[in-house]
Amino acid sequence: MERIPILRMGSYLLVTIQVDMHDKLALTLQDDLTERISSVNAKGVLIDISSLEIVDSFIGRTLANIASMARVLDAETVVVGMQPAVAITLVELGMSLPGIRTALNVESGMEYLRETVGSREESDDDDGLSTED
Amino acid sequence: MSDILSAIQQNRGSVLQDWLQNLKSVVQRRDLINDRELEAQAGEMLSAIADAPSGSNLRDLSQSGWAPLKSILGSLSVSRAVQGFTPSETALFVLSLKPTLFALVRKDKGREADDLLSDVTSINDFIDNLALHTTDSYIHGRDQVIARQQEEMLELSTPVVTLWDGIVALPLIGTLDSARTQVVMESLLQAIVQTNSRFAIIDITGVPTVDTLVAQHLLKTITAARLMGAECILSGIRPQIAQTIVHLGINLEDVITKSKLSDAFKLALERSGRKVVRVDKTNGSAHTTQRGA
Repeated sequence: MERIPILRMGSYLLVTIQVDMHDKLALTLQDDLTERISSVNAKGVLIDISSLEIVDSFIGRTLANIASMARVLDAETVVVGMQPAVAITLVELGMSLPGIRTALNVESGMEYLRETVGSREESDDDDGLSTED
Repeated sequence: MSDILSAIQQNRGSVLQDWLQNLKSVVQRRDLINDRELEAQAGEMLSAIADAPSGSNLRDLSQSGWAPLKSILGSLSVSRAVQGFTPSETALFVLSLKPTLFALVRKDKGREADDLLSDVTSINDFIDNLALHTTDSYIHGRDQVIARQQEEMLELSTPVVTLWDGIVALPLIGTLDSARTQVVMESLLQAIVQTNSRFAIIDITGVPTVDTLVAQHLLKTITAARLMGAECILSGIRPQIAQTIVHLGINLEDVITKSKLSDAFKLALERSGRKVVRVDKTNGSAHTTQRGA
């Protein structure tokens, strides 16, 4: 069965969507990713959708769901490289995806993950009481 | 009918002279067109009438024999529309041929009242149809001018400028409608991708009114930019517009707003870890921008 590969980089997971997303593929990704986050104890998830050119409300909602699920599993999610046409489509569909962090490209996305997750781990290391905002 | 045409052919010279005299008395816009051009245009049109195929009917302009005449007249009207003539001035060019042709058939037919009447009627119809065609072409030419200007305005009014590495600005000037906002939205998002900018400043100092529709368009643009990973700052909201926005109940809570473009730029610099510092005057230059840590 067709699957989207999930790469592991330290405590982060990297997902690059290179093919046209269809509903089943999105659901498979959701299953695989949540499974993987909990098994490797990932702290951050980066989803690169720069090759994604067509998006519908289901894919948009699935992305939002993945982000929420990852947050519940204590992993920060950042979606990077959204194309203008995709962004316009999502806005026109009324899906502003308020819970999702976005970045321009993989580089700035990783930078963001390192900043937020890194600072969280540091503060965890400093004292047992989490002072994270 | 065709005897009118042959009469025109035989008396081409005198008809042209007579017509030009009429023309010069009715065409007042000497600033837009000189005598030589006028003579050339009249001569061209008259030869198109005189050289029409022998079977051509004066009452039916849709005949193929009249096609050259119509095309000459069409391009003439379009050029007049561009030059700034009024529609009636353009139509008068054709209408002033009428008295000349009347005089011609009067001389030709003498006192035969029936023949004279039928000739005068057909000339009348002919010239009127030509005048209508002229006006149609004139308006068509005007429409083209208007359409081109609209297109130019659309392109002119949506420049996306790069203020700094990673910071773009979009100064909006003029009223925003749906078509324009679409162009604005697309060009801004495209520029964000091309320049890899994390910050986009939308300056609406030049927007005279903001209604719910415009605000909705702006919010959509800002949300789309956020989805792509860029942060939008709205600047240049005038007091009047701030009042309107609040009265209309538009929610701009989630949008960063600054009063001036410079404030927005400063914020963008700060957020990207840069700051503007004043350099000691003895060193020469007055201001410089340094990258922060």
